[in-house]
Amino acid sequence: MTAPRLELKGVTKRYPGVVANNNVDLTVMPGEIHALLGENGAGKSTLVKFIYGVQRADAGWMKWEGREVEIPNPKAARDLGIGMVFQHFSLFDAMTVEENIALGISAELAKGDLNSRIKEISASYGLLLDPDRYVHTLSVGERQRIEVVRCLLQSPKLLIMDEPTSVLTPQEVEELFKTLRRLSGEGVSILYISHKLQEIKELCHTATIMRMGEVVDDCDPAEETARSMAEMMMGKNLVSPERPEGIETGAPQLVVRNLDMESSDHHGVDLHGISFEVRSGEILGIAGIAGNGQTELMDVLSGEVLVDDDDSIIIGDKTVGGAGPVERRAAGMSFVPEERLGHGAVAEMTLWENAFLSGATRKDLLKSGFIQINKSSKYASEIVEQFKVKTPGVLNAANSLSGGNLQKFIFGREILQDPSVIVVLQPTWGVDAGSAAAIRQSLLDLAADGAAVLVISQDLEELFEVADRIAVICEGRLSKSWPPDEITVDEIGLLMAGIEVDPAGAAHDSEAGGHAA
Amino acid sequence: MLLRLENRGEISRAMVYASPFIAVVLTLIAGVFLFAILGVNPVDAILSFFVTPISTLDGFAELFVKGTPLVLIGVGLSFGFQANVWNIGAEGQLTVGALAGGGLALLFFESESLFLLPAMVIAGTLGGMAWAAIPAFLKTRYNTNEILTSLMLVYVALLLLSYLIHGPWKDPEGQNFPESRLFPDAGILPVMIETTRMHAGWLFALAAVATGWILIARHIIGFQIRVTGMAPMAASFAGFKEKKIIWITLLMSGGAAGLAGMIEVSGPIQQIVPNISPGYGFTAIIVAFLGRLHPVGVLFAGLLMALTYLGGENAQIEMNLPNAVTGVFQGMLLFFLLAADVLIKYRVKFGGAKTSSTAAAGEAG
Repeated sequence: MTAPRLELKGVTKRYPGVVANNNVDLTVMPGEIHALLGENGAGKSTLVKFIYGVQRADAGWMKWEGREVEIPNPKAARDLGIGMVFQHFSLFDAMTVEENIALGISAELAKGDLNSRIKEISASYGLLLDPDRYVHTLSVGERQRIEVVRCLLQSPKLLIMDEPTSVLTPQEVEELFKTLRRLSGEGVSILYISHKLQEIKELCHTATIMRMGEVVDDCDPAEETARSMAEMMMGKNLVSPERPEGIETGAPQLVVRNLDMESSDHHGVDLHGISFEVRSGEILGIAGIAGNGQTELMDVLSGEVLVDDDDSIIIGDKTVGGAGPVERRAAGMSFVPEERLGHGAVAEMTLWENAFLSGATRKDLLKSGFIQINKSSKYASEIVEQFKVKTPGVLNAANSLSGGNLQKFIFGREILQDPSVIVVLQPTWGVDAGSAAAIRQSLLDLAADGAAVLVISQDLEELFEVADRIAVICEGRLSKSWPPDEITVDEIGLLMAGIEVDPAGAAHDSEAGGHAA
Repeated sequence: MLLRLENRGEISRAMVYASPFIAVVLTLIAGVFLFAILGVNPVDAILSFFVTPISTLDGFAELFVKGTPLVLIGVGLSFGFQANVWNIGAEGQLTVGALAGGGLALLFFESESLFLLPAMVIAGTLGGMAWAAIPAFLKTRYNTNEILTSLMLVYVALLLLSYLIHGPWKDPEGQNFPESRLFPDAGILPVMIETTRMHAGWLFALAAVATGWILIARHIIGFQIRVTGMAPMAASFAGFKEKKIIWITLLMSGGAAGLAGMIEVSGPIQQIVPNISPGYGFTAIIVAFLGRLHPVGVLFAGLLMALTYLGGENAQIEMNLPNAVTGVFQGMLLFFLLAADVLIKYRVKFGGAKTSSTAAAGEAG
């Protein structure tokens, strides 16, 4: 039996008030693709930071290929043969691929003909990458390849990948998996952090499941169902959202006609001729890769950015293209933006103040210019109670809540205003599985009560779960929409990559999938 | 060895309120060294700077005379600063307010009307507002930087003052001194404590503190200002209009500064002179920060800063120290306060830059 590539024993890390890792054991074998699975805040990042030398542990030890080691900093980790691809890339837009790679590796490695070595590696692992291209011209998927190639140049024995697929199209995910399997075949171990259970089932050989800083279980993902893994992760039986039966869709509540918008931001995306409508009782999902106009669409719909053509957006029977958020709320619209802290809520403010933030008009929390503090607090408590937000009280600041709890609070705040239309962007981004399920259920319930719901999300699983129709946004243009049973994930993937497909005709054309590669 | 700052994450609330006191103590300690270097007995100097000035009723009353404009302007400025609107030109707004209010007194120099004083209050406030409206307009219309425009307008205002008292507003019986004629009694703020200079202007400062407190804690305007400052995107999500906030905060701070200017000429000075203010408009910036941008904090900070003015004057008379000591003390106070605030947010670490950059990249993931 070969020695494990990496062995952790009893790793413990305490932060003030929290035990981030408690007595964690982990063993990764050579060539193994090992999933590290857990909700947000389960301690995955802390553990990985310890392995990569970003952070020291309070107790416990680490063996590398049978030898006990201490890793004081990331450079030492790289010297041992540990590479890491972070969720957020650290790349310079104004530099070429080669320059970016040169900056991220040791000086010795950067010497000589880096350019041809990049080409070599990218060719042999199917990671198409031109070293002379400027980073700002590359898609998110291509940027990730830079990070992967950067790691591979250092011929790692262990590659750590933190939520690598959250920014990729399904086709790009397939490509990445091919590369990872190939590396695994060559004996490279891969520590794969994710909360996407389907991917873990497909890719990983072993999974270590963490909850509240502790390892709760190890399993073979191939023998588990996504559901059973989710239950291990959360420690309770998972209730998946249920679609209420027999909903009749009513009149259009949100109508968008030929919406054009020039982005004021240099790097923003312009919107071109966007048209759709959402009827009462219906959920429309908009899929797309990040940075294809979703934020811009959200801003235009919420009234944070106004358009000249008042008729291009209609809520109920009111034209609101030129009306701000307050008027749109008065017309019955609610929104949940992508960023929780700083956009949907003010981090430093208390929960009751954050309840007041968007509820002032519809909940009548303002009396001749003065804030009704008692009434606002009551409203906030109501949200906390009905949406099961975990917090000691409404006097706590928004940033004291975990991501999932704050998102539940924000959703509760918008839903309790009885909106006729609700627009949400990335509703479960970075939210733990339990909260995500609760949030999706609340969207389904809201539609069942007759609201028109628009969900803009990069998470296809989510859209297939909740949406009655799915459309795709790519480079500021919106496709037609199809019911989920009339379009496949592959076809949506092609649309996301900007390739025209006609699901009615092409649905059974297996060649269509090949173009994205 | 390199120094670097590392984010502490959670900020200690207690330290936020303690930092002004820490800054004061550090200023005093630094002051001891400063006096020692100047060859003065530090204990005597500190006493003469901070204690003697307020040991008499007159001196104590003077604290409120100097404190009035500082508190008034400080409260006004704190609103703008909370919304990240940086009105640095309160000194100019003060000057124009003094000219508008004082001008009225000169126009009706034979008046005995009870309405003259209220009219001057309104004129002074409007004058300051009008001066602050210029940077507000430029910022909302042309996106100019209000720090620059408001600051530059200070010099325009001072030149306007200089022109008026050297020309049209010069006292015809004043032997060619660049001063206006004395205000009529009806245009002078009543004295609150007999035999001292403490005048009714202090009531305006207290009123500003009370109003400011209610506004920031309970009113929608205060709420909008705070949200705009803490999270501009959340403000736009809520539908608060950024331009409206810019206008409101500049007009409020301008109005408060204008009123302070009018109070200065109508209270202690009683005529228009070339130097209306010893830099109250600038010192009030320190007052606002020292008071944690909270009206009640500003009240205490304003009185403390008033003491540095009195102490400077007294040290000049008693100890023969240069008047610049006042400025040095005010500067040290701000410096220590800012330093303390940085240390509340960050801790200092020793270490090479090389590992710190990779560590930072690691924390992002």
